[in-house]
Amino acid sequence: MIAPKYSVSRLIASKLKGLSPTRGAEYFAIIGFLIISSIILMAILAPLIAPYNPIKKTGELLESPNHKFILGTDGLGRDILSRIIYGARIAICVTFLAISFSLSCGVLLGLLSGYIGGKLDSILALVMDAVYSFPGLILAIVLAAMLGPGIVNTAIAIAVIYTPTYFRIVRGLVLSLKESLFVEAARAIGAKDRTILFRYISPNVLSSVPIVLSLNAADAVLTLAALSFLGLGLPAPTPDWGFDLKAGHAYLASRIWWPSTFPGLMIVLLTLGFSLFGEGISEMLNPELGR
Amino acid sequence: MKNLLEVKNLKVYYYIREGVVKAVDQVSFSIKKGETVGLVGESGSGKSTLGLSILKLVPSPGRIAGGELFFDGKDLAKLDNKQMRKLRGRWISMVFQDPMTSLNPLMRVGDHLTETIKAHEKVTHKQAEEKALSLLDNVGISPERFRDYPHQFSGGMRQRVGIALAIVLNPNLVIADEFTSSLDVIVQSQILNLMKKLKKSHNMGMILISHDISLVSEIADRIALMYAGQIFEFAETNAFFEEHLHPYSEGLLSSVPNIKLSNQNLSYIPGMPPDLIHPLKGCRFYPRCSYATKICREKEPPLAEIKTGHLVKCFRYN
Amino acid sequence: MASLRVYIIRRVLLAIPMILILLSIVFLIMRVVGDPVSAILGGHAPQEQIEQIRQQLGLNRPVFFQFCDYVWQLLHGNLGQSLIWGQRPVVAEIWDRFPATLELSVYAFLISIAIGIFTGTMAATHRNKSLDHVFRLYGIITYSLFIPWIGIMLQLLFGVYLGLLPIGGRIGILMEPKTVTGLYILDSFLTFDLDSFVSALKHLILPSVTLGVYLSGIFTRLTRTNLMEVLEKDFIRAARARGLSEKVVIYKHGLKNAFIPILTMIGLQFALLLVGAVLTEITFSWPGMGTLLFERVSYRDFTTVQGIIVFFALIVVTVNLMVDIIYAYIDPRIRY
Repeated sequence: MIAPKYSVSRLIASKLKGLSPTRGAEYFAIIGFLIISSIILMAILAPLIAPYNPIKKTGELLESPNHKFILGTDGLGRDILSRIIYGARIAICVTFLAISFSLSCGVLLGLLSGYIGGKLDSILALVMDAVYSFPGLILAIVLAAMLGPGIVNTAIAIAVIYTPTYFRIVRGLVLSLKESLFVEAARAIGAKDRTILFRYISPNVLSSVPIVLSLNAADAVLTLAALSFLGLGLPAPTPDWGFDLKAGHAYLASRIWWPSTFPGLMIVLLTLGFSLFGEGISEMLNPELGR
Repeated sequence: MKNLLEVKNLKVYYYIREGVVKAVDQVSFSIKKGETVGLVGESGSGKSTLGLSILKLVPSPGRIAGGELFFDGKDLAKLDNKQMRKLRGRWISMVFQDPMTSLNPLMRVGDHLTETIKAHEKVTHKQAEEKALSLLDNVGISPERFRDYPHQFSGGMRQRVGIALAIVLNPNLVIADEFTSSLDVIVQSQILNLMKKLKKSHNMGMILISHDISLVSEIADRIALMYAGQIFEFAETNAFFEEHLHPYSEGLLSSVPNIKLSNQNLSYIPGMPPDLIHPLKGCRFYPRCSYATKICREKEPPLAEIKTGHLVKCFRYN
Repeated sequence: MASLRVYIIRRVLLAIPMILILLSIVFLIMRVVGDPVSAILGGHAPQEQIEQIRQQLGLNRPVFFQFCDYVWQLLHGNLGQSLIWGQRPVVAEIWDRFPATLELSVYAFLISIAIGIFTGTMAATHRNKSLDHVFRLYGIITYSLFIPWIGIMLQLLFGVYLGLLPIGGRIGILMEPKTVTGLYILDSFLTFDLDSFVSALKHLILPSVTLGVYLSGIFTRLTRTNLMEVLEKDFIRAARARGLSEKVVIYKHGLKNAFIPILTMIGLQFALLLVGAVLTEITFSWPGMGTLLFERVSYRDFTTVQGIIVFFALIVVTVNLMVDIIYAYIDPRIRY
């Protein structure tokens, strides 16, 4: 005798699970999207909207916010507002590069490892697990120190941290899909391995990646900021939020708060944008995961 | 005899995005002291919801939307949360469908019992433990297993624990929701025999909720047949089997193999289960009914007493 | 409990390949990704000097032999010697700093757990009500905080403007308690040194709150998600049907069951705790492993940096191991 698999209450409970979490999620996603897009816009239009040259001394040293320098000037007499606007370029650029590096590496390795299996798979999985469990920033600090400063180098140092995330998701999905019926069917009609991998498996796997993407971007912004804060990011005069925050930290005891407050605020804002967006779409696309 | 439980025009609705699901709609019945009623219906007929609503434990987004519940003369609607809590487990208790999931996996079996005893009675832990041990013996579990965890028990043993938990405080009413359907047939009959024994020794009122009419009929004094959130037929068990009057009962009985009904042809009821968000205006069974007439489509039949103690909700009889 | 012992032994054995892999990753990064010698000397050194340092560090040998040698030394508790300032053993350098990191992490962790479990439980029990949305937003915002920034804001408010708390360091000058464990709060407490205790506590508040708040959002989320899932289970409904009070149902039955998945996640979040600790230490000039790493990276003290990374790797593996063992203790199902 088989127990009834569903009854009214269970049916409703399952329905409800799918519906209720999206109520706040839509707002999260919209606000996140607005924050991200306005910062990207700011980065693109930087030369048009920045009032001063971000790397030239344009005022007295450490002027507090006034009508000429809305957010004040830093220790070298540069306009903080202009530096923040130009800083968006670095943040967006490095984040984008780092995420693309880790995404392409992680997805590719994950697909291969999961599909080929065997020794290669177990070794790769162990290595990725090791990197995944290791504190990311510490790894990035060492990598950045060994690679030296620069946009691409910093992006690589950050990318290494996130590669395992994509690798694990993709590999896990490939392993479960590999056994599923439609792949069996493709194999049965004589499809080649490569065809199966790229035509049948990858489209199914890739659909779940965007959710993680946005959340990792949030993380990457923080990691970049941390590397810059430690002086391991970009070479000196480049406007860079994390670096400016660190530079401003030195004046704190003299009650000079503006050189550190504003760049830091931008870091938090951009991270928040990515987090809200990622959180929102993940709940909308996949309510189970979002909860 | 005084009624132990009286349900009058009970409505339990679930409020979801698509609309209001009328899981229980205008249900009335009563149970006498020590009586066992079998509540039978197919999946989605609202029988589980009805069971939970007696304890006022209908899960959100559902709630009791109307009607009255009297237990031992007390109006349950007037009891606040604290008073309801004192009632639950002590006067009305419940046996759940799946003993696998209805026990806390991190808690020893014995602790489930002592916890329940101590929640309702002022006793020392020692006394509670003694009581729990004698009870376990009563349902056929040896005392050594007192400190075992649920996962160390088989399904049947776990359901014995579930039953012990329900009767630990000698309640007046036990609601058992599909209490055997996750067990295999042999264990089912063992548990059923245990219930029969307990019914006699404890003189409890029981509501047995099940989709399996033949199983329920072995123990129930009366049978209530539910369909689409309503009671369609209500009769003494023997009377019901001798003379099931509703067309739905007829269809249901001929779709269940039963030793009490000889040389039957197994059949099924054609058509789809009813839509509870937009219930039909007339009789809810009418699209699947082979006796349906024009009036069935337009008017809802009343649940009327055709013979003494035999109620049917169908126009064929009035 | 014999099965538990077997489980623990098996789990310890599984940790060994993990350590070896982490070690080799560190080794490869330090030797293949960049050239340690040019990192030390800054690129424009004469050839002889480069050769001399390679010789001194054993970098002229094949990487595999270097690796075996390093593992062998590690088994004897030796991580090499620092390249600067009297060439102290790296292990000694680490032991000097580790208690500070441990102290900061422990208090921050306690703060984050307390906040996280409280807010998460509130959110889960008020599902889809405004309180739930507020705490969900709290989870997202705290996760997005940049530790140095929030630290600096706290320094500004409580240190600079209100003057209530010190903005850096671990204890007042010349106030260190007698060393028992190296944990100042505990040491000053054990030696009844009230002045040190107060000073240590004052120094600890801002850094541990910064780190604690940053991490708390994760626990809010974890608690919320897992508790919600548990509260939908049959045994919760069954507990209610037995007339147990809502408090008992949520805390004893709900939270304890929700805690198991939370615990497994703590192992994963531990890396985040270390990352947060490094940033917090640097922001608050807290003399721990993070500041040590930062200093030695800037001084290009190659062996110490390598030692610190290896030490971090060992901690991560150990903590994950401990989490698994605690997990086995709590959940009776895992032992069988």
